Amino acid sequence: MAAKSGRLAPYLMILPSGLWLLAFFAIPLVLMVSLSLQTGNLVDGFQQTFHWRNYVDGLDTYGDKFVRSLWYGLLATGACIALAYPAAYWIAFHGGRHKSTYLFLLLLPYFVSFVLRTVSWKLVLTDNGPILGPLRDHGIVPDDFHILDTATAVVSGLTYNFLPFMVLPIYVALERVDHRVVEAAYDLYASRLHAFTKVILPLSLPGVFAGVIMTFVPISADYVNAEVLGGPQNTMIGNVIQSEYFGNSAYPVASALSFTLMAILLIGIFVYARTLGTKDVLEAAGR
Amino acid sequence: MSENDPAFVRGLTRPRAGRRDFLRLMGAAGAGLALSACGVEGQGGKSKVSRNDVREYWAGKARNGKLNWANWPGYMQDDHATIKAFEKETGIRVTYKEVIQETGPWFGKIQAPLAAGQSIGFDLMVITNGIQLEKCRQLGYLAPLDHGRLKNFAAHAGAGFKNPSYDPGNTFMLPYMSGITGIAYNTNYVKDEITSIAQLFDPKYKGRIGMMGDSQELGNFGMLALGVDPEKSTPADWEKAAAKLREQREAKLIRKYYNQDYVDAVSKGDVWITMAWSGDVYSLTSPDVKFVIPEEGGTLWTDNMCIPKTAENPVDALTLMDWLYLPANNAPLTEYINYITPVPATKAIVAADAAKAKGDEKEELTRLSTSPLVYPSEADMARLKHFRRLTQAEETQYQKIFEPIAKGS
Repeated sequence: MAAKSGRLAPYLMILPSGLWLLAFFAIPLVLMVSLSLQTGNLVDGFQQTFHWRNYVDGLDTYGDKFVRSLWYGLLATGACIALAYPAAYWIAFHGGRHKSTYLFLLLLPYFVSFVLRTVSWKLVLTDNGPILGPLRDHGIVPDDFHILDTATAVVSGLTYNFLPFMVLPIYVALERVDHRVVEAAYDLYASRLHAFTKVILPLSLPGVFAGVIMTFVPISADYVNAEVLGGPQNTMIGNVIQSEYFGNSAYPVASALSFTLMAILLIGIFVYARTLGTKDVLEAAGR
Repeated sequence: MSENDPAFVRGLTRPRAGRRDFLRLMGAAGAGLALSACGVEGQGGKSKVSRNDVREYWAGKARNGKLNWANWPGYMQDDHATIKAFEKETGIRVTYKEVIQETGPWFGKIQAPLAAGQSIGFDLMVITNGIQLEKCRQLGYLAPLDHGRLKNFAAHAGAGFKNPSYDPGNTFMLPYMSGITGIAYNTNYVKDEITSIAQLFDPKYKGRIGMMGDSQELGNFGMLALGVDPEKSTPADWEKAAAKLREQREAKLIRKYYNQDYVDAVSKGDVWITMAWSGDVYSLTSPDVKFVIPEEGGTLWTDNMCIPKTAENPVDALTLMDWLYLPANNAPLTEYINYITPVPATKAIVAADAAKAKGDEKEELTRLSTSPLVYPSEADMARLKHFRRLTQAEETQYQKIFEPIAKGS
């Protein structure tokens, strides 16, 4: 009896979250697949016609938006790594007993609403605002230079908004690095640089890997930053899906676009995991 | 479980699901597909309403002493003076929320509950005439109004506000405020006199021009630039207008396609010349921003009060709608909102208030009572163009032509 309930326990534990995922993730997903293959409109109703053209048309009209979203995703994810790694490194190795305070400080801005933070960037970056105004007055930037409504503004906004999702996993990975291993490297006459590239960096790569997945996916699908900080040349696929769904009530087209994006991201992550997966990274480092 | 849980991070970095799990998931997906494969039924309601329908809807409905009202930002005094006056006079408690920012997303939000016949939590909402309002009508989401209880509307509504083309006989809605879509420009940066829509296409202002993102507003201005009256336009005109608008975008003339946020941008100088709504610019304290009705004609739009069919307190909503049409009740609101009021008799009240007031306030009220943007003359009204009503088939075509423009495609 005891053995039996012991065998059941893991299943019972997974049951609540499993049901949750089934009800609010799997089933809606299936409904969306069905919706993406329908034709019609809100007034006359939508019919299941297996209209694959929704996908073709979506890619045809908005293909460049997919490319742009992935490009912005790559840029912002790269910027996130560049900013997050040194910060996480410093906190993990030099934070001393105030580590959690530093982490908290790093996360503090993120207690403010996402949209509010993005909108406040608008105030800072406006053409005659506190940054660009003086720069222009002193002739440092040309008269028609502006940041708002450009790709720079959008990618910067994305980087800023998703930074913690990169910092935390890298921090966790670095925190787990056994100091004795690093000391052993020094004992074996490794320079500081060598100890970093041969020991610390490889051990922290799983954190970077997790961080990339946790930032790249939501960044590529984001629409708030492009909406608030971008101009007509910076529309991302998320904006198109949002307006097709809510503005235009074109549910099938919006669903088809969503699935196309999902497929692209899944394939991308799969390839990424295959080529740079943790195991291989560790193996490569071990050689 | 949190992001810094090592086990969680590990889970993310290691392959887990095998092929068998995937197949199992596909099985579940197949079952769901069978369930949903029947599609979504059409919801076309009646847009022609008989006296019987009206009687049937209102039968057995009584005043509940409370009212939930969804409106746009800036459409009520900051101290809610008008609402307070209404509450005091009628004893109806009003919950007022500024939840409507854009017509499209608002429609997206209310569509599902209305289709399911559920309450949206509001008894009264204010929607601009256009694609979404037309859809609400066609889908039968709105309560037919009982004109037997709308005596003030009958007595005081301006001629231009009764029987509008988008809602013959005011079957479902009464105007709240009207406005004009024209051009605003910042005189600090634009030294020329702006008089025409053609100037929104002038390469001189490259990267400093703002257009509206809404496909109807945008399409209208594209057509007006070509000398086409939007209300009488054909799909061929739409294609031509879209080509012109796309050219404007490709030449990088546009700084941004705006929703509500152009006001801030034009007063700060991020954008120099932009499509704009009359009342917004009128309320701006910045003296540098000017509003003009272009010579090609601006467009006149109306924000309408309507009652969702599933409202819990429709009688209270109807009471408020009619109450607002009494000039004495409407005047304070007009003094604050600065758009075109559907109650022209308020002009005398505002002028009288101006005579009584002193200093800045006197100046302000005088400006208001004599402003052609708030009380436009017959000649001004004649110059204004109207939105085209679109059938469902036309709308699909229209959206396909204009929707991608602001999205950069």
